[in-house]
Amino acid sequence: MPDAALKKKRPLWYNLNLLNLPLPGVISILHRISGALLFLFTAWLLYLLDSSLASAERYAEIKASLAHPLAKLVLLGLLWAFLHHLCAGIRYLFLDVHKGVDLPTARMTSGVVLAVSLALTAVVGGWLLW
Amino acid sequence: MVNRVVVGAHYGLRGWLVQRVSAVVMACYTVLFAVALTAARPADHAAWKAFFGHGWMRFATLLFFVSLFLHAWVGMRDILMDYIKPTGLRLALEVLVILLLVGCAGWAIQILWRT
Repeated sequence: MPDAALKKKRPLWYNLNLLNLPLPGVISILHRISGALLFLFTAWLLYLLDSSLASAERYAEIKASLAHPLAKLVLLGLLWAFLHHLCAGIRYLFLDVHKGVDLPTARMTSGVVLAVSLALTAVVGGWLLW
Repeated sequence: MVNRVVVGAHYGLRGWLVQRVSAVVMACYTVLFAVALTAARPADHAAWKAFFGHGWMRFATLLFFVSLFLHAWVGMRDILMDYIKPTGLRLALEVLVILLLVGCAGWAIQILWRT
């Protein structure tokens, strides 16, 4: 019976443990988390832009307050969120037009997204924040 | 002769398309911003202000912000639809997101066109 043979090949259960999430799944949930994070910090980032452009005094104040290690850490986190969201977003745009949808390519591009966004965060963060 | 659409109101398709178009606009702006920033390297307040003072920079930044707020709306709506099941709470949060984004949009315009 071909039906029985097919049935035997099917996985009995799916491992839904977060640590066993395949790489494209990791990229997907990070895309969502980074997007939500950027949304939550939008008002703060606008406040920084507003202050930095308002006057020379406010610019100096903001510059001094952003020199705090904690502020730098938050900015670095937001920079990563932005870059990851951007890189993963570009990957999704390609998936939308059916480029790279087969599993090996999808896994490979997921790795590229993760690596490129982390590398860019290190480079841009190093340049702008330190 | 009758242009009848029989399946749904296409709200989802519109949101989907808005999300993609705004994403492309923001991606282009990011490249433009990075190039302009590395070229100008504004080091003090006067230079930073001049950086955003160019007409084309204001125009591009406005397009970025409009795209950002539309994009954030679609994304947050998706997140709320996925995780917030009680309709009343979801509606309240959606309204909150819209109010925040509209407020931020007004603020962004004010920042860009303040003399």
